[in-house]
Amino acid sequence: MRILVCVKRVPAPGSRINVTPDSLNVDTNHLGFTTSPHEECAVEEAAQIVEQHGGGVTVLTVGPSEAEEQLRYAASVGATAFVLVSNDTGIDWDPQQTADAIIESIAELEADQGQFDLILFGNESADSGGHQVGIRVAVALGRPAVNGIKGIEVGVQGVTARREVDGGYEVYSLEIPAVLGVKEGINLPRYPTMKGRLASKKAEISARETQVAPGAQQRRRLHQPEETVIETEILGTSSDAAPKIVDLLEELGVL
Amino acid sequence: MSEFPSRARCVVIGAGIVGNCLVGHLSDMGWEDIVLLDKGPLPNPGGSTGHASNFIFPCDHSKEIVDLTLESQRQYEKLGLQNTCGGIEVARSEERMEEFKRRMTSAKCWGIPSTLLSPAEVKDLVPFISEDVILGGFYTPSVSAVDSLETGTQMRKKAQEAGHLEVFANTEVIDIETAHGTNKPKITAVLTDKGRIECETVVIACGVWSPRLAEMAGATIPLTPAVHQMADVGPFDVLVETQQELAYPIVRDMDTFCYERQTAGSMEVGSYAHRPILHRVDEIPSNEEAALSPTEMPFTADDFDQQMEEAIELMEFLGDGEIKYAINGLLSLTPDANPVLGPTVEVENLWSAAAVWIKEGPGVGRLVAEWMTDGYPHFTDPHGADIARFYPHQRNVHHIEARCDEHFNKTYGIVHPREQWASRRDVTVGPVKSRTDALDAFYFEAGGWERPHWYESNQDLVDAYGIQGRQHEWDSRWWSPISDAEHLHLRDHVGIVDLSAFQIFEVSGPGVLPYIEHMVVNKCDVAVGGSIYTPVLNPSGGFRSDLTILRLTESRFRIITGAFDGGRDEYWFRHNLPGDGSVQFENRTNAICTLGLWGPKAVEVLATITETDLNQAAFPYGSCQQVLLAGLPTEMFRVSYVGDSGFEIYAAMQHGQALWDAIMEVGGACDLRPVGAAVYGTSGRLEKGYRLMGAELENEYNPVEAGLARPKVKAADFIGKAEYLKARDSDLCAQLCVLSIDDLNCEAGYLRFPMGAGNEPVLSLSGERLVDAKGRVSRVTTAGNAPSVGKYLLMAYLPIEACDRGTKLQVMYQNELYPVTVEATGANLAVFDPDNGRMKA
Repeated sequence: MRILVCVKRVPAPGSRINVTPDSLNVDTNHLGFTTSPHEECAVEEAAQIVEQHGGGVTVLTVGPSEAEEQLRYAASVGATAFVLVSNDTGIDWDPQQTADAIIESIAELEADQGQFDLILFGNESADSGGHQVGIRVAVALGRPAVNGIKGIEVGVQGVTARREVDGGYEVYSLEIPAVLGVKEGINLPRYPTMKGRLASKKAEISARETQVAPGAQQRRRLHQPEETVIETEILGTSSDAAPKIVDLLEELGVL
Repeated sequence: MSEFPSRARCVVIGAGIVGNCLVGHLSDMGWEDIVLLDKGPLPNPGGSTGHASNFIFPCDHSKEIVDLTLESQRQYEKLGLQNTCGGIEVARSEERMEEFKRRMTSAKCWGIPSTLLSPAEVKDLVPFISEDVILGGFYTPSVSAVDSLETGTQMRKKAQEAGHLEVFANTEVIDIETAHGTNKPKITAVLTDKGRIECETVVIACGVWSPRLAEMAGATIPLTPAVHQMADVGPFDVLVETQQELAYPIVRDMDTFCYERQTAGSMEVGSYAHRPILHRVDEIPSNEEAALSPTEMPFTADDFDQQMEEAIELMEFLGDGEIKYAINGLLSLTPDANPVLGPTVEVENLWSAAAVWIKEGPGVGRLVAEWMTDGYPHFTDPHGADIARFYPHQRNVHHIEARCDEHFNKTYGIVHPREQWASRRDVTVGPVKSRTDALDAFYFEAGGWERPHWYESNQDLVDAYGIQGRQHEWDSRWWSPISDAEHLHLRDHVGIVDLSAFQIFEVSGPGVLPYIEHMVVNKCDVAVGGSIYTPVLNPSGGFRSDLTILRLTESRFRIITGAFDGGRDEYWFRHNLPGDGSVQFENRTNAICTLGLWGPKAVEVLATITETDLNQAAFPYGSCQQVLLAGLPTEMFRVSYVGDSGFEIYAAMQHGQALWDAIMEVGGACDLRPVGAAVYGTSGRLEKGYRLMGAELENEYNPVEAGLARPKVKAADFIGKAEYLKARDSDLCAQLCVLSIDDLNCEAGYLRFPMGAGNEPVLSLSGERLVDAKGRVSRVTTAGNAPSVGKYLLMAYLPIEACDRGTKLQVMYQNELYPVTVEATGANLAVFDPDNGRMKA
C-alpha cells in the first residue's frame, strides 16, 4: 500500500487560549506545537496498515518551515517519506488554497512514484477545525471519500471504512484509490522510541514551494470569548459528603 | 473552606516542598497564626516540586548543602516517605575517577557510607548497564527517592491540625504592601484575588516565580527560571518484572551530565548537558495557559538528542523504549548555584526561601523557621545560602543570567574549589587595575571585585627562591608557585597588596558608641585612633562575622570587613540600627580604596614619602593615624594579617592610583614587589594562625573554641552575650588548632597538597572520624603552604582530647591518608614568629 497522510502543525495549548494583540492568531509565545490529534491517529493507522500489508507512508504538511518538527515526529513513529509545502506567510491559507497546494503536490508525487492507494486526512484540524481540506482534495482528484472514520480494513480490491454513529457504525466499502478522514480513537498512537527519534533526525524531507491563487477567504480577527469561571465547591469526602449530596439533590428536585 | 482571613502574623507564599515544610516547622516552633497561599491547586500547584525527579544523592563537597540534605532525608524518613534505593555515579573519564576520590573524601567527612566500584561491580548492582563504556562507579547506599508532594501535604496538614495554619489554594498574590519601617520599608499586607491579609511577616517560597513576588514589595530575589530536560521512557520488561517503583540503584552518568532513574516499568532520563535554556519569569505560562503545568514547558527535542544517544550507550535497551512524557522542566538557578534564603536586604520582615532542590527542601524549611524564630538558624551555618551575600550589581538579570548560563552545565561538572568565573568579569575594579594589569596580575574574583591573586611579573622570584611546582594537575590548578615566592620576598623585603575589595562601612552619630558596643563582642570605647578586632556573634553565640573597627573620631567608627562578607555584614549592621536616627550608616566601599604594605622594609619605603613619624613608638601597632603620603590624605592603620610590619592604607578612591604610583616609585630601592591575595589570604595568615570568616569562623563555633575570647568581658551588653558567657563558663569540647602535614607523599610517590576546601576530614590514627561532644566533625578549614617555616599547614577544630601539641593524627585528601601533627592550639596559633616580634618591629 502506498499511503499519503496529510498533517498540520498546530499549537498545543492549555485550557486558556490567548490570541495575539492584532487578534489574527493564537498567541503561541509559550506554547509547544504538535500534530492535530486526528492526524496523529491517521499516521499511526497508516503505519499499522503498512506494517501489515507492506508499502510506505508519505507524510505531507502545508505550513511554516518549523513544521519539519511534525514531519520528523511522523518519521519517529514509522512514516517513510516526507514533504513540506512551505507557507511562511505567518497566516494559514484558506481551505481551498491549502487543498490546491496539496493537490499540486500529490500530482507531482504520483507522477514520480505512482498513485497513492489511500490518502488520509484528520477529520478536522485541531486549530481552525474547518472539516474541508480532505473533501476538497478528494473531489478534485475524483476519488471516493468518507469522513469521521474510526476503523479501516484493507481488502483485496479496496478498503472497508467504519464511521461511528449514534448506537453503532456505518460501514463503507471504497475502491482504491480513496480518501478517508480519520477520527481520534481509531487507534492509540504509539510514542516515538528513542531510537526512532534519533533515526528521524536523518529523515530526508522534500521541500516544495507553491503559489496560491489570490482572492481567498481572509481571517479578519479571532474573538476570545468571555471566560466562564466555574466555582467548584467540594461537598466533602467519603460518607461525610452524603447529607450534603442529599440536600443538593432535593434542591434540584430530583429526590 | 474557612473564611478568607483579614489578618495573620505570617503569610507564606508558595505551597511547594519549601513552603509546606516551612509552615510545618513554624507551627512546631510556636507560630500560631500562619496563612499559606498558592495560585495553583493542591496538592500540586504547578511549581517545580510537581515535576521533580525526587531523588537524593546526599554526598556533596559543601558542608552547608550536605547538612541541609541529610536533615531533609531525616525528615522524609520520619514521615515514611523515603525509599532508600541506593545510587551510583558512573565515570567515563579518568578525570571523573579522580573526582570520585574527592567524593570519597567528602563522604568520609560527612559520615556517608560510600564505596568505589569497578565496572563489573557496577554491573552487579545494575545488570543492564554497559560496563564497557564506564571506568568505575561511586556507590552510595543511602541515595533515596522521596515523595515530595505527600511530604509537603503532611507537613501542611500537621500545622493545620494544630490550628496554626490556614491554607488557600487557587489564590493569586497581586501585591505585597509595605510601609515606612525602622530603617527601611516593612511588610504590612498581602493583597490577593481573594482579599487582603494584613500581616507582619511574608515568606516568598515560590520557586521560579519568587523574583516577581519580591519585586511587588520592592525587593530582589536573584534567581532565574532555567530548563532541566527530562523524558520518561518505557516500558521495559526488565523493569516491569521487578514490580517495584525502584528496584535498582539510581544511576548518574556524570560525564554526560545525565541520570537514569527507574519509575516502576519505565526509566526517567534527565539531563544537565543541554544548552542552558533560561527563561524570564514573565515567560512562564499560567496554570490555565499551560498545556501541562506552568513549569512543565514544551519539550525541545533537538536539545536532548545527544543525551539520548549517550543514554543508549550506557543502557542499550533504552533505545527501544517509547518516550511517553518529555518536558523542559523549570527549576530555579542562582548566580552561584546556592539557595537564596533568609531576610531580604531591602524590606523588613520579607523573607526568601527559594532556589531549593527537593533534596534540601525539608531541611530548608527547618532552617528558615529557626532563622525566623530565633534570629539565626542552629543546625547549620547558612552563610553560603544567605540572600544577603549578593551585592547590588549581582542582583540583576544581567548578572544572574550570565552566571547561570556559565554554571548550568557544571551541575554534574567537576568544579575545582578555587575555580574562577569566566563571565561578568572586570565589572568591579579598583583604582589600580591598570597598574596591576601592567604587572600581569592573575585575578581571582572576590565579592565581585577583581583582586590580584599573584603577579606573573614576579616569575623571577620563583627561581630566586627555588620554589617547586606541583606535579598533580589538580593541585596546581588555579595556583602558582609565584605565590610562595611572593610570600618569601615579602618576608625578606617588602610587598604591596591591592586590597581595594575591602568592604568599608562607617557608622557615626550621637548614639554610635552604644550601638557599636551592642553589635560586637570586644570593647569599642577605645581612644580615637584605636582599633578593635572583634567577633560579631549571632544571638546563639556563634560567629556571624569577624572584623576590624577603627575609631576615627569620638562619634565615628570605620568597620572593615572582607569582600566575601560585605553583603551579609551590611545587612546585619543596618538591620540593628536604632530607629531614632541617632546613628548613621554609610557604605564607603566605593569611596575608599585600601593598599597594604608589609615586610621588614615597609616603614623604610613609606618614610620616604611622608613626614609623619612611622616608628613604633610614635605609631604603635594597632593604631590609626591620618597621614599625608606623597601629598595624598590617607588614614594609615598599623596592623598585619600577614605577620610582618606594615600598614593598611586607606585613601580616597580617586587618589588610589597616584598613591600606588608614589609607593612603587620609592619602593624600587627596597625591591618592593606587588604581592597577591594568595599570600595575604592564605600563606601569610596561615603562618600566623589568623582565622577567616566562612572557613574557621562559623555559627557552629564560638569565640572560646576559636581561641578568640579575651581575658575579660566588657560590661556593655551585646548580641550573643548571654551565650558567650555560657561558653566561657563551660568545659571546652573542641578547639581550633593548626596542624602540619608530616609527609605530603601520596601512594604514587609524589607530593600532594590538600586544598582546605572544607571537605577533608581529620582522622584518628586508626582512620576514624573525630567528632566532638556537640557532634561536630573535625575537618580542614584552611590548608596551605607556609614557606617561611617549611611546612604545609592546616587549620581544624579538634575534639579537646586531640588538641595537645604534638598529637599525631591523619588527614584525608583525594581518598588517601596523610600523617599530621598538631602544631598549635588556643589563642595564639602562630607557627611563624609566635611572639609577633616582626609585626611590632
